[in-house]
Amino acid sequence: MITVGGKQIPNIIYREKDIPNIREFDVYVKNGGYEGLKKALGMTRATVIQEVKDSNLRGRGGAGFPAGVKWSFIPQNNAVNYVTVNADESETGTFKDRQIMENNPHQLIEGALICAYAVKAKAVYIYLRGEFWDVAHELDKHIEAGRKAGLYGANGTLKDAEGNPFTVEVYTHLGAGAYICGEESALLNSLEGKLGQPRVRPPFPAQKGGGLYGEPTVVNNVETLANVPWIITNGAAAYKGIGVGNSTGTKIFCLSGHVKRPANYELPFGVTFRELLYEYGGGPLDGRTFKAILPSGGSGPIIRVTDELLDTPLTYEDLQKHNSILGSASVIVMDDTTDIVWVASKVIKFFKHESCGKCTPCREGTYWLDKVLDRILRGEGRANDVDLIANVAANMKPTTLCALGEFAANPVIWTIKNFPEEFKAWVEGDRKGPQLAPMALPSPAAD
Amino acid sequence: MNTLQQKYAERIQTTLAKYPDKRSAVMPMLYIAQEEYGHVNPEGIQQVAEICDMDPTQVKSIAGFYTMYSEKPKGEYWLQVCVDLPCALRGADEFHHWLLHELDIEEGGTTADGVFTVEHVMCLAACDKAPMLQCNFHFEENLDKDKMRAKLKAWRDQALAAKRGKK
Repeated sequence: MITVGGKQIPNIIYREKDIPNIREFDVYVKNGGYEGLKKALGMTRATVIQEVKDSNLRGRGGAGFPAGVKWSFIPQNNAVNYVTVNADESETGTFKDRQIMENNPHQLIEGALICAYAVKAKAVYIYLRGEFWDVAHELDKHIEAGRKAGLYGANGTLKDAEGNPFTVEVYTHLGAGAYICGEESALLNSLEGKLGQPRVRPPFPAQKGGGLYGEPTVVNNVETLANVPWIITNGAAAYKGIGVGNSTGTKIFCLSGHVKRPANYELPFGVTFRELLYEYGGGPLDGRTFKAILPSGGSGPIIRVTDELLDTPLTYEDLQKHNSILGSASVIVMDDTTDIVWVASKVIKFFKHESCGKCTPCREGTYWLDKVLDRILRGEGRANDVDLIANVAANMKPTTLCALGEFAANPVIWTIKNFPEEFKAWVEGDRKGPQLAPMALPSPAAD
Repeated sequence: MNTLQQKYAERIQTTLAKYPDKRSAVMPMLYIAQEEYGHVNPEGIQQVAEICDMDPTQVKSIAGFYTMYSEKPKGEYWLQVCVDLPCALRGADEFHHWLLHELDIEEGGTTADGVFTVEHVMCLAACDKAPMLQCNFHFEENLDKDKMRAKLKAWRDQALAAKRGKK
């Protein structure tokens, strides 16, 4: 159960908190598992899609696009459609999907199968980042358990609303270490055995010519699909009863950095930063105060911690008021020991490494931003360096094929905008040598 | 039939059966080649190309694009330390430098006995369990110096015992 403001609501996703061993097929089935799929198969495809639309379930991978709307784009009269699950989870600070796949894998499988039924897909491919090697091999066993029980696959015994056997196949596919493969069109390329680089759109994945092997394809995040069985079983109205306004249901917040208890927290939309950071995260480390937050990993704009911010409800809409995004809700917290120019440099190093190299502004832009930030952090910054990197970043934003180029500009644009004094101290002042955050908790290098 | 097709027949068949297009199997096949040869070498690339009906140049470009395929030999234990922002906020940079110092190697280097290679990598999705690393694709989390020293010793003993066994 999740306790918020004295009220208790059930865990929708992290059900292992209420039911130990729910990862096992038998335990999952005993606790209502695959009832959502069976119920969906008795409904028309259009009704299933409408239910998901009505629930206002929004994509949990970062973009927040309504899942039901995405599903409705798939042409039902096409011979072969696909569902791909984005389990590439590579955004800096994101570690929620791994926990779902490890502890409640069947709920993801069931959600993906309901989606497959709704969009008339032939197969589901779960694309996991290569580093989830162990997770994928376990997931294969869980998939096999449901297949053996006849719930899906070639020997599936369930029948859909039209009386046809439900024989959708579910497969895993391991990536091999590339952030860009979490971008949906790069993911599809990678799954096809091509370089994991984004495609020019249109056609979009949901359209003929744009999806997997050129066929219409839904690409949904793990957490998004794991919500679906609950929605079908309990109905859209019940789901909308959790959360606030257009941010319905629960969200998993990946809390990391300078807090006492970094972890994944599944909470209803609408809890405040204060509740997340203090009640759940345990507050700042002793003797420190919160300084800055990256609410959506490396991709979203950095925000200064103020009382007003702490009282902000965590919803897609409220984060926009602070010129930031909720995105995948990977909340990276930094305290007063953190040098913000160093943070910008760290995040740029990530994007420089992860740029796929297709678009020049991203490939070259991240390279030069990294170089100039390094120069500033060596204490050799020049008077116009801040203007220079602001200019480079601004020119990257609108000139790349995918969102990575835009994301990669954010750490520079928003650190300069929201923490100008830190850059000033480096370039004009007397700040020398990076003030790295000292070791937080158990201090491995302090002998 | 090439070496991989003979030695890994069942795994290759199961993998190919997942996809309507053989080319999709190139990534799983590269993992098999890496397992067989210790790294992705030209022989492996040639055989993967045969299995997936691709040009060896295309296979090589795939191998080069991803960080988990190595075209150079690595130590028996390939340690990839995450030093990305969330881990760094909890001491990962210092941990990484300490590890290099402890093993007396440079970033990306391999120990003289061929047991360990250490390199830093980007976010591994274990930010709440920093410092952490990936050892031959398995996660080791919530590390500190004592834990790491014990692990290094255990791994080194295992690697050296295995070498003696081979002789």
